[in-house]
Amino acid sequence: MKSRTDSELAARVARDIPDGAYVNLGIGKPTHVSAHVPDGREVIYHSENGILGVGPTPAPGQEDCELIDASKRFVTAAPGASYFEQADSFAMMRGGHIDIAVLGAYQVAQNGDLANWATLDDSYPPAVGGAMDLAAGVPTIFVMMRHVSRDGSPKLLERCTYPLTGLGVVSRVYTDLAVLDVTPEGFRLIELTPGNSLDQVQALTGAPILT
Amino acid sequence: MDKTVPDLARAVAPITDGASVMIGGFGASGIPFGLIDALLDHGATGLTVISNNAGAGDTGIGRLLKENRVAKVICSYPRSPGSVWFERRYEAGQIALEVVPQGTLAERMRAAGAGLGGFFTPTGYGTRLAEGKETRVIDGRGYVLEAPLSADFALLRAEAGDPWGNLRYRVTARNFNPVMATAARHAIAEVRHLSTQPLDPETVGTPGIFVQSLTEYGVRP
Repeated sequence: MKSRTDSELAARVARDIPDGAYVNLGIGKPTHVSAHVPDGREVIYHSENGILGVGPTPAPGQEDCELIDASKRFVTAAPGASYFEQADSFAMMRGGHIDIAVLGAYQVAQNGDLANWATLDDSYPPAVGGAMDLAAGVPTIFVMMRHVSRDGSPKLLERCTYPLTGLGVVSRVYTDLAVLDVTPEGFRLIELTPGNSLDQVQALTGAPILT
Repeated sequence: MDKTVPDLARAVAPITDGASVMIGGFGASGIPFGLIDALLDHGATGLTVISNNAGAGDTGIGRLLKENRVAKVICSYPRSPGSVWFERRYEAGQIALEVVPQGTLAERMRAAGAGLGGFFTPTGYGTRLAEGKETRVIDGRGYVLEAPLSADFALLRAEAGDPWGNLRYRVTARNFNPVMATAARHAIAEVRHLSTQPLDPETVGTPGIFVQSLTEYGVRP
């Protein structure tokens, strides 16, 4: 199987983010998307801890310990940036003002259900952060994840088995093996990572892939 | 009017055992580390801590957990890197946890501060976090009724303050501090610069009416 690296996957997601979009990047792999947006596009990144217009990582020695993003990484403010408090930040998210959110996931179902905040292991403290607010309020949710879990089990399913973050909210899924749209009929193939066959990818997917 | 108190110890003196305490900050930014250390020295225990995170390492909320001062945590994201003391207390069953979506946490505080009886939010509808709560379909969309969240005290961090209790914030250290100021019955701020002159009204992030006391603590983490 041919598998996209995290960097190649971030670049693939970045291609689908249009000029002028307001975008929230979730914790983990999605944070890498901003480094791959094609030249000539201005994308404005929102971070839920209170900044619109997240700029690049500061040079070593230039970090401002109070200026961080939702992943708690040091960031800078891009031209045109603003700072605000939590209630305003979540008005942007829940109120439908952010155009696109790119999130990681444990599971995605063929009806667009998203599970990315809790597992079935109750001894492990759940942590939701802003994920449910993004799922509820952002009109376009891109999921970026490995196609299968570490133990090899499918993460694209007919129904999620993990606790849900949002119902029917996912628009498109980008994995190391394929890109799929969530449609009223189920997962529809947009593209395979070059070198993979549909049969190979279908065998690692827990729901039918339409073409 | 002068709401300043001379030091951190006197600022936290009103906090009693079993109090609910909102603590500002996100990650390590905007956390009132000076007030938290003073609260530890003060000795209050059995606290309900309301904050976005559940501390990291041996400082701040992590230190309150390490020294067993916390009975319950209400937060959105207790599992940050380095949240070892929270995880230890949680796994040992020594602490209660209420997980609230981050925007719902902020809005519940806003509702409390604004005198509202609650609000319907689409966040969490149909999920485990909506179980047992009243729901309603409005214009074809499902919403969950969430209750206001107030607290006995709030511990805040700001860049500057004046004797009237006005606070000015800096970059992303603002985060939960302004909304917590409104939701607590007694809000206490540590400020990096305490000005004897009034702050420029144009730059005030939290109007002084929401702040009961403030003190200078110049250290920036």
